[in-house]
Amino acid sequence: MARSLKKGPFIDWKLDNKVSQMNESKKKAVIKTWSRKSMIAPEFVGHTFAVHNGNKFIPVYCTENMVGHKLGEFAPTRTFKGHSSK
Amino acid sequence: MARIAGIDLPKNKRGVIGLTYIYGIGSSRASKILMDANIDLDKKVAEWNDDELTTIRNIISSSFKTEGELRSEVQLNIKRLMDIGCYRGTRHRKGLPVRGQSTKNNSRTRKGKRKTVANKKKVTK
Repeated sequence: MARSLKKGPFIDWKLDNKVSQMNESKKKAVIKTWSRKSMIAPEFVGHTFAVHNGNKFIPVYCTENMVGHKLGEFAPTRTFKGHSSK
Repeated sequence: MARIAGIDLPKNKRGVIGLTYIYGIGSSRASKILMDANIDLDKKVAEWNDDELTTIRNIISSSFKTEGELRSEVQLNIKRLMDIGCYRGTRHRKGLPVRGQSTKNNSRTRKGKRKTVANKKKVTK
């Protein structure tokens, strides 16, 4: 079921604060985050996030097209390299 | 000859049914179109006169995306998902179900015909 529009998009407030601070100071740095459930807001565009996939941090560069998706969608948690050929 | 949006409609079907042969128009849209055009829903496609045909054509072209235009829009949406490299995009690329269905068995609609693996060990119990 989709999230109620009344609540607005979910963004981890810590992550949101960090991004707005960086936007104010015009700095660019990789933000490490575990918050895969946070939605990519328009302010996130141009920043790089290191999104945790349970094992490693996957660098995700946010573009205009990604707005509205969740950060976790860009850091796959499973590795499947095909079945063994034997 | 009833030709709407580049599609020949079947002559001897009811209007609501005939309109659903157009990609992008289902039964609810079809009945809405005919209601807007003030045409009886049960009237056969062959019985529409030219005036009725043009009003239907105008309604469809002004308010709905159909056929090629709609198909290309859908393709563009899928392409966008694949380009940004999100999970749904990779599922589209691999030809696997996109919405979290199980893939241990079945999901043959997305995966296509079974590809038998030679010498695959049978599970014995």
